[in-house]
Amino acid sequence: MQVPAQVEYERAASVEHALDLLARFGPEARILAGGHSLIPMMKLRLAQPETLVDINGLAELSYLSVTNGRVTNGGVTNGGGTNGRVTNGGVAGGELRIGALTRHAQLLDSAVAGELFAILHDAEKVIADPIVRNWGTIGGSLCQADPSEDLSATFAALKATMVIRGPQGTRTVSARDFHTAPYETVVAPGEILMEIRIAIRPARGDQKAGGVRGARGLRGGSAYEKVGRRVGDWPVCAAGAALWLRGDTIAEAGIGLSAVGARHFAAAEAEDFLRGATATQENFARAGQIAAQHCNPSADQRGPVDYKRHLAQELTTRALRRAMLRAAAGPAA
Amino acid sequence: MQITITVNGAVYKREVEPRLLLIHFLRDDLRLTGSHWGCDTSNCGACVVWLDDIPVKSCTVLAAMADGHRVLTVEGLERGGQLDPVQEGFAQCHGLQCGFCTPGMMLTARWLLDHHPDPSPAEIREAISGQICRCTGYENIVRSILWASQHASWGQPDAGGDPVNGGGDPGGAEVTA
Repeated sequence: MQVPAQVEYERAASVEHALDLLARFGPEARILAGGHSLIPMMKLRLAQPETLVDINGLAELSYLSVTNGRVTNGGVTNGGGTNGRVTNGGVAGGELRIGALTRHAQLLDSAVAGELFAILHDAEKVIADPIVRNWGTIGGSLCQADPSEDLSATFAALKATMVIRGPQGTRTVSARDFHTAPYETVVAPGEILMEIRIAIRPARGDQKAGGVRGARGLRGGSAYEKVGRRVGDWPVCAAGAALWLRGDTIAEAGIGLSAVGARHFAAAEAEDFLRGATATQENFARAGQIAAQHCNPSADQRGPVDYKRHLAQELTTRALRRAMLRAAAGPAA
Repeated sequence: MQITITVNGAVYKREVEPRLLLIHFLRDDLRLTGSHWGCDTSNCGACVVWLDDIPVKSCTVLAAMADGHRVLTVEGLERGGQLDPVQEGFAQCHGLQCGFCTPGMMLTARWLLDHHPDPSPAEIREAISGQICRCTGYENIVRSILWASQHASWGQPDAGGDPVNGGGDPGGAEVTA
């Protein structure tokens, strides 16, 4: 029988209240969202917080929204909890914003999220199982920071931005600076992950790094590929890809890798290789090789190092191929 | 801490430790032993109950988190001695052997049919993919849920009533024992 150790329980009535509670109870307090990572850790006594701050009542953290962007289908957010909304600004440069308390099932049910970033639905379909997805949260998965977590690789591929709030105010951190070590993130004691933001078009900063010269004429596509042993299991390896094409040229690429020890869950060297290259099967295969070379898998009960490296190569290539097909099928910006 | 939870329409007030899991609250404190405590690791789904209107694995939810909320267990599926079509389907199609996974399977099935009244066998398999039948009787479980999809339920709007709030059934009497 697995039972957590003694713990105090506080229920937050607002984000401000949650921050107050975290400040009052100190570094041994933990935020309790869906609890589908924290409670199993507590049952195994791998985590023994003194106080739980339950944020499940905070509707203000449960939403999917599109700001200042164009939704090609004219759709509205679906299943976005309490606050789903689309602001049809009609211009490129908007963001998809996901509240940290959004449940996995809500992201999977959101037609707008799937239309903008198919990778989100690819990944959500293979995270845990349908019942766990009903209650587990996006922010909770990210803050658990398991090295085999699927959304960490997904948001790395999408070059998302995390919004963190603490006593000193709000700050933003790139998805690629979010994780500091296995099970460790930049979210400090006393802080709360509030929101994940994904730029609907490549960020301006990427223009200098590569071939993005304004968003006009770009076609985007994304995909996620995972090999797991059974439903609900962590991946043996998983790869996510986000591509921006202008004609046959890759204007921008994002590649995420999970469970294979990739730095920041990303394959930066493979992205560098693709940026400015032609979108060909050969280049995608080469990118897969580069991604596999630069990751650092460990042997465990899910497989030996060479097998995981093989998966990193193959799944990266497949994700890139599928992202390209989706980009080709979608509308140009 | 004191919690108040509405289970199958009845209000229960209890003093509990914050670390108490919802499955143990239901089984040990309320003696509602229909929900089964299985793997303890949120894998098997024998402990699935509805928290408000959503199926959850109650071995991974604290009773404290359900304070002020509604819970539906397998005991709440029948009404006035009349089985829910999901229960009837399991009886008609031999959907259980040892019965251990059955309460969780039924609660997931009821939710599926409330939201997707005409599921395909593949959709049913996907819906129950987070639940394990140790007798491996999945074929008959799928058949049972299909049977239920072809029979009207009091849980559906056209038949009236709400399985948690009790609908027309005055099931909200406070239980203080």
